[in-house]
Amino acid sequence: MTLSFWLPLAILLSSLIPGVLIFLLAEERHRTRTALNLLGAVTKLILVGVLIWGVFHEQVFETRWALAPGLDFVLQADALSVLFVSLSTLLWLVTTVYAIGYLENSPHRSRFFGFFSLCVTATVGLALAGNLFTFVLFYELLTLATYPLIAHKGSAEALRGARIYLGYTLVGGLLLMIGAVWLHSLIGPVDFVQGGMLAGHGQLDPGVLRWIFLLLILGLGVKAALVPLHGWLPQAMVAPAPVSALLHAVAVVKAGAFGIVRVVYDVYGVEFAAGLGVLDLLAAVAAATIVYGSFKALSQDHLKKRLAYSTVSQVSYIVLGTAILGPLATIGGLVHLVHQGVMKITLFFAAGNYAESLGIHRISEMDGVGRRMPRTTLAFTIGALGMIGIPPVAGFISKWYLGLGALQAGVGAWVVPVLVASSLLNAAYFLPILYRAWFKRPAGSWPAERPHAAGGELPGALLWPPLATAALSLLAGLFAASPFSPLEWAQLIAAREYRP
Amino acid sequence: MSDLLIWPIVTPLAAALLALVWPSRATSIGIVAAGLTLLSTLRVAWQVSRDGVLELALGGWSPGLGIALRADGLSAILLAMSGLVSMAVAVYASVYFAGSAQRAGFWTLWLLLLTALHALFLSGDLFNVYVTLELMGLAAVGLAALGGGREALQAALRYLILGLLGSLAFLAGVAVVYAGFGSLDMATLAGVAAPVPAAWVALTLMTGGLIIKAALFPLHIWLPAAHANAPAPVSAMLSALVVKAALYLVVRLWLEIFDGVVTSAAAWVIGVPGGIAVVWGSWAALRAARLKLLAAFSTVAQLGYLFLFIALAAGLPAGEPRAAVMTALVLMAISHGFAKSAFFLGAGIVMQRAGHDRIAELGGTARALPLTTFTLALAGVALVGLPPSGGFLAKWQLLTTAIASGQWIWLPVVGLGTLLAAAYLFRLLGHAFAPGEGVGPRLAVGREEIPALALALTATLLLGLGAAGLWELIPVSAYAGRGL
Amino acid sequence: MSLTLLYALTGTALFLLGLRATLLHAGLLARVVALNVSGAGVFLILVAIAYREAGQPVDPIPQALVLTGLVVAVSATALALALHRRLIKEQAHE
Repeated sequence: MTLSFWLPLAILLSSLIPGVLIFLLAEERHRTRTALNLLGAVTKLILVGVLIWGVFHEQVFETRWALAPGLDFVLQADALSVLFVSLSTLLWLVTTVYAIGYLENSPHRSRFFGFFSLCVTATVGLALAGNLFTFVLFYELLTLATYPLIAHKGSAEALRGARIYLGYTLVGGLLLMIGAVWLHSLIGPVDFVQGGMLAGHGQLDPGVLRWIFLLLILGLGVKAALVPLHGWLPQAMVAPAPVSALLHAVAVVKAGAFGIVRVVYDVYGVEFAAGLGVLDLLAAVAAATIVYGSFKALSQDHLKKRLAYSTVSQVSYIVLGTAILGPLATIGGLVHLVHQGVMKITLFFAAGNYAESLGIHRISEMDGVGRRMPRTTLAFTIGALGMIGIPPVAGFISKWYLGLGALQAGVGAWVVPVLVASSLLNAAYFLPILYRAWFKRPAGSWPAERPHAAGGELPGALLWPPLATAALSLLAGLFAASPFSPLEWAQLIAAREYRP
Repeated sequence: MSDLLIWPIVTPLAAALLALVWPSRATSIGIVAAGLTLLSTLRVAWQVSRDGVLELALGGWSPGLGIALRADGLSAILLAMSGLVSMAVAVYASVYFAGSAQRAGFWTLWLLLLTALHALFLSGDLFNVYVTLELMGLAAVGLAALGGGREALQAALRYLILGLLGSLAFLAGVAVVYAGFGSLDMATLAGVAAPVPAAWVALTLMTGGLIIKAALFPLHIWLPAAHANAPAPVSAMLSALVVKAALYLVVRLWLEIFDGVVTSAAAWVIGVPGGIAVVWGSWAALRAARLKLLAAFSTVAQLGYLFLFIALAAGLPAGEPRAAVMTALVLMAISHGFAKSAFFLGAGIVMQRAGHDRIAELGGTARALPLTTFTLALAGVALVGLPPSGGFLAKWQLLTTAIASGQWIWLPVVGLGTLLAAAYLFRLLGHAFAPGEGVGPRLAVGREEIPALALALTATLLLGLGAAGLWELIPVSAYAGRGL
Repeated sequence: MSLTLLYALTGTALFLLGLRATLLHAGLLARVVALNVSGAGVFLILVAIAYREAGQPVDPIPQALVLTGLVVAVSATALALALHRRLIKEQAHE
């Protein structure tokens, strides 16, 4: 047994073991819990660093053991999994810090952080899954681990949101499983292979393959919040802010989007899928979702709901990039996987801070908040500008490559207008918030102001995470061309996927 | 020749007699016996995995005239499951029945039940199977009636009458087998059974009797009341092990001994009720007002799955895919055994603390009993068939086979069953996590909570991630006439 | 019609009669009696199977089965009656 066997497993265990220990920990042992949380997050980050280095040098990492004949549990690291795994590891660390600050003095923290760690374990498992079976396994685990987080507050509203979430995702999981089993019964174990593994099985009935594709995408589309499967996402925003942040940026919606990327590139193979004609439909759904989500966001006064619909729209950029044939679109979609995560988590952190310190939940209550909470609002501003796609924030890079990719593939005629329309809509629902926050006068008193220590606007654990992620979204844009940037990494993946 | 085989039978039998004559020490006797029995079952399983089929002709009489005990992969696995489950149940029961007037009675009957179960799994002869089936039934009825009370007694009586009817039908089938083939030794029969009328009549009679005992829809009517009204440790044994014994015999008869007699059309006869049971049992569990009733209806649904497996396997020609389905069937059966016993023990803990098991009034359970709630959730995950449980792997195999053999009809059945099962699990968890004060004082982790947790962990993690060995063990068969 | 067949058919008829009564009757005592009738039917079939030819010794195995079966039937009946009595007492308490 070597490093190449143990490393993926160790990355998984670095959050699983702290999670289990936290469950067993007495509620009052706050220090130990915090230490365990941070230790796990930092360990994972270091291990992922080793992994990145190895994968960059084309080293192979694989944890594999047989569960049954033809059913292997496989963890492996290719360039794509590294992209997702490093995003989730980095953001997990930041979110952990934020959650520790956010949940100070609230009950049931052992339960919360236990499931929080399980949720990250499942996400990392998804990222590292080396075949469709392992992917399905972690996909369902993710559902199970997030349900208690959404229900965490225990209020009727929280339980309702969690129940809706569960209904959607369990049906989705079932469809995904049926699709996966069907494929498995046709060709045996479905490993993720760069360039797709179906290309080698030329004699299969294309009609059947289209049905399977539909099942897989339906199952994954639930978590990726593709219209009309997105209904759970706005309801799930009742969760505590750190959970929303994680849900929208890394864990759930990303799991769906990442799954779609995997299915298109590494199961079907993007050229094979294009040959089947299934990508056009996917692109159309993604485009519809982009526009629909933006329109819905426009009319929400509730801040977290507006952000939720914005997620519906933004995640479909990834799907759109995946569904357009050609390396440039691929790069645009993949890089957005990271960029959207960093930017959206900033926005949710900021929203959590507004709610936490001033009791602000609605956009109409945000007048003048910029002067009261300048640093949080600065972070929010950077995230929002990135979402609109204003350079040099990272979101611009994604949209630029998506547009170029569409032109390259010859579908620019309808994709570019979608991108432009969506960006205008983004501006229409984000700029008024910024205007209110910075330029309007405060209404007098805030909805529910919380007394703080004099000086700072919030404790550091709540303030630094949004600033850090805002800085990251700026850096990812400014230094997009430097080695190990998300863009460079996406180019590496695209080069490998389209390698002849 | 292997003397190993008598220990899983003799140990609990001797202990039962000892507990009868020395009731004041019944608990210690029971625990020690459970431990020794567990060791002996594991020994058998280990030996089978190393050397293959084990056989013991009791008293030196050769099979045919004498009585043969045999252990192959299937019986070894079920035996080991029984050893493990009953060990956990024994630890829990030592607390549950502490200071209760039924203590001595429980241990004697419980050890007798274990004796009968193990003798049944190891019997190589159809008539012995009948005797052990009866012995098991009588001990089980005695245990089910232990709580007293009108409902429990009525349920136990119904259980007894229907059980007796089942045994009689089985015995009639045994008579026809003897008339038709001149032998009751199962290995001999596997070699000579041919598709002649005697075989059909015998198989029909025996199967008819067994599906009453295995509670296949619509003959499950006795099960919910009997399992839900028994004391929790008893419910755990009944749901996890006793119904499995009848199921085990159906597997033996349909897939091994009378393998050449069963047609794929006949498979539908148990497949269709199995499918209905999956949906109907899950639906009834969702509607159940009481926790233990929920668990009992979930057993009905799970048995439905197992019969679906049998039907699918019976439709396949002998070979690797069929052995794979059969292994998945066994995996499903033992996952359910571990998960359901964990579930019933957890339900027992909740019930003793709350004084009732009405699901709608269980608010506060998660706060008062976090570990038990976790156990219920974990066991539930295995029952629904979500990863990483043994149930998930088994369901994956079930769907693969259904698709590969073109039996699309089972897809919606399994899908609906899964969703309904998830619904009843999360309905329970929703109530358990809701605020409330219904559940009494917080419990120190100990002899009550640990056994259930260990069982639930076995069903989910161990069987979900480390059960690859089953696929080598199940094809080791003492009765497969034409090979698996 | 041979004697063996006559016995076997009579046994079958008894078994079916008992079966019908067990399933249809509501009263417990009636059901227990019916079960015993069914049992007698099965035993009769077994005895018929044991008979070989005139002058030849009968097959001992089915006879051994009948003996064991009788013991089981008696104990099961006893258990049913005991449970029934407890149930009646229980109901009298209410």
